Amino acid sequence: MDNKTINILIVGVGGQGVLLASELLSEVAIMSGLDVKKSEVHGMSQRGGVVSSHVRIAAKVYSPIIPYGQADILMAFEQAEGLRALDWLSAQGRAIISRTRLVPPIANFGTFSYPDDPIAEIKKKTGKVIAVDADCMARDLGNIRLVNTILLAVASPYIGFERSVWDEAIRRLVKPKLVEINLKAFAQGYELAASSTGI
Amino acid sequence: MKRLLSGNEAVARGAFEAGVKLAAAYPGTPSTEILETIAAEYPSIYAEWSPNEKVAFEVGMGGSLGGGRSLVAMKHVGVNVAADPLMTFAYTGVNGGFVLISADDPEMHSSQNEQDNRYFAKFAQIPFLEPADSPESKEMVRLAFDLSEKFDTPVMLRMTTRVSHSKGIVELADPVQVTGKQFDRNTSKYVMIPSNAKVRHAALLYRLDKLAEYSEQTPLNQIEKFGTKIGIITGGISYQYVKEIMPDVDILKIGFGFPLPLKMIRSFVDSHERVLVVEELEPYYEETIRAAGMITVEGKKYFGRTGELSPYRVAQGLKEAGIIDHVPTAAYDPAKLFPRPPVLCPGCPHRGLFAVLKKLKLTVTGDIGCYTLGTLQPLEALHTCICMGSSIGAAIGMEKVNGSEQGIVAVIGDSTFLHSGITGLLDAVYNKSNVTVIIADNRVTAMTGGQQHPATGYTLMGQPTKQVDYVELCRALGVDSVQTLDPYDYEATLKAVQEEVTRPGPSVIVTSRPCVLMPQRIMDRPYEVLLDLCNGCSACFRIGCPAIAPSKERTERDRPKAEIDAELCTGCTLCAQLCQPEAIVLKEPATMAK
Repeated sequence: MDNKTINILIVGVGGQGVLLASELLSEVAIMSGLDVKKSEVHGMSQRGGVVSSHVRIAAKVYSPIIPYGQADILMAFEQAEGLRALDWLSAQGRAIISRTRLVPPIANFGTFSYPDDPIAEIKKKTGKVIAVDADCMARDLGNIRLVNTILLAVASPYIGFERSVWDEAIRRLVKPKLVEINLKAFAQGYELAASSTGI
Repeated sequence: MKRLLSGNEAVARGAFEAGVKLAAAYPGTPSTEILETIAAEYPSIYAEWSPNEKVAFEVGMGGSLGGGRSLVAMKHVGVNVAADPLMTFAYTGVNGGFVLISADDPEMHSSQNEQDNRYFAKFAQIPFLEPADSPESKEMVRLAFDLSEKFDTPVMLRMTTRVSHSKGIVELADPVQVTGKQFDRNTSKYVMIPSNAKVRHAALLYRLDKLAEYSEQTPLNQIEKFGTKIGIITGGISYQYVKEIMPDVDILKIGFGFPLPLKMIRSFVDSHERVLVVEELEPYYEETIRAAGMITVEGKKYFGRTGELSPYRVAQGLKEAGIIDHVPTAAYDPAKLFPRPPVLCPGCPHRGLFAVLKKLKLTVTGDIGCYTLGTLQPLEALHTCICMGSSIGAAIGMEKVNGSEQGIVAVIGDSTFLHSGITGLLDAVYNKSNVTVIIADNRVTAMTGGQQHPATGYTLMGQPTKQVDYVELCRALGVDSVQTLDPYDYEATLKAVQEEVTRPGPSVIVTSRPCVLMPQRIMDRPYEVLLDLCNGCSACFRIGCPAIAPSKERTERDRPKAEIDAELCTGCTLCAQLCQPEAIVLKEPATMAK
């Protein structure tokens, strides 16, 4: 890899595992001998609010925050959050969006409404979108909390790094009793990415 | 060995490598992980959650006076609480090294204000260091202990949320060997009666002169020279943003921020055509530099005084100053979307309490914690929130001015009550106030991620310990009416609050129910809505539970019927208790399997 920085923005809602996904991604970069910085904010965001994590990988990284409009990859674990964060994506960037819909209580009081089809709105703006039924896949695997790993796997071919390094990162960082199911989720996501390359 | 560490984890590692013996803190975003990491990874350090930051500071101070290197950590507003010992410990100086970590929260990601604590160091006249990333966080902690002992002063390390919570690669080292010291009964140094304090004030000023000399020589303040006509003075996270936008501009990077290296700055200013200061929040560097006569230096004219900076904001400021031509912007228009504010979790025990307070239309003074979210739509049942512990004093004052006819209720969390609510309650008794104090007891410090406190029965280091008994405590303070109830029981909560607000004299209700997330996730069998019974009255929507949403089904009067997300519902039953047509029932296992 040359000195170009890879910028990955991961967004979702508190409790969806945004932070674990960015930890895995950072671990992969470190194992590959690169500099990495990642940035997120904990606190209020855990209570069902928006969570975002910036990961930057290069030979040398300065700012832990991705400059506005320069994310190479946007990973969204919730479709409206993908739409919300789209302006961080660069013109050449790729969005990988879970079809997960999480409608917050505030959308029930009349002032605000949840968009009918956020993914369609994203597709109106950019052709480089991969929408994933990560919810269904995760449920079929028996754990809704696997959306993060599935999406990371779908994104992985666009990020680079050896396939085996991803598995190793999962073994290192995921709680022992959840390693197998996460490896399985990653494998399924990876397969999906392989079959959908060029979407 | 290299590890990916957050700024906070790096501070913990720095404490370990510096041979720290004692660490104390009260949890507060963005500082919490410092003590959590120390307790989890470096058991050679005695680590405690203190009831509040003042006590944490004093315990650390005692550790230092006893001769051990001591670290105390708190969020920016925690330093306000600890300000009393801080201001005078600056006079006495230390025995073992003493470092105060102040973790500021520009942008108020999880805080009530965004005060800039660099001014606190200046106010207390103690040196502060400011790291720009994780490796610097670790190194500066080590150095801060050396400086504390060398100059006989407490030292502040000023972190910000972005440095505390960003991760970077840190090279680990072995701990240094620190020779143990004993307490030295030097009363003229440690007993601050006026005659001694007068001498120590002069000693402090002498020390400041020495620190100013050190500031000129330390590699913490460094010039990066590329030969540009423009020069930038910056420090902390702002340095990273400047490097991101202009990697090859001349920079004077400040790592040792008080006293500032004014000679170094003057020569930097003299050798550049134009010098700008890039700093987050207040114009601390800029004011000091301009006050020293370098009035051509600019800063806040281009970079705002509120919120966090970012690469984008720094680029915008530099463009406005005419230094760069182009600000990279977004390729896509920002989407206009509903906000997604934090909310009380499904099954949160505070929800029932706020549903009751809303129903009774009481004036509610609030406090700091998850339950502050009770102020948001649709509950809107909490009407003040200023600082830790303030709910009780605020209720007393309001009642003295307005009378208690409408009923004034103070809502305070368990950890917050123990932090600084007890003295407020004492005042309510002493000065014959009619307020009702509700201790919303979820048996954990929830907002910051589930820390122990003096009523949980465990210490930070995992030792079983005594648990505060709120009822006995409140009775001992002189509160005659103290009752404990389950906030999942709506009718009982309603009845108790009605009773207590009309009772003369102060009273206390403890709403007791563990947090659904911490220390372990609580999931009971979920409930469901029987759509043929639902009349669309929206009573369940009005408690703001994330598990309840309008379904696609509508009533004859075209109102949406409700549905419950079984993956989110914890089975707390509050909505079922409020459902008039009894349409909300325990979900049948058969339908669950579908």
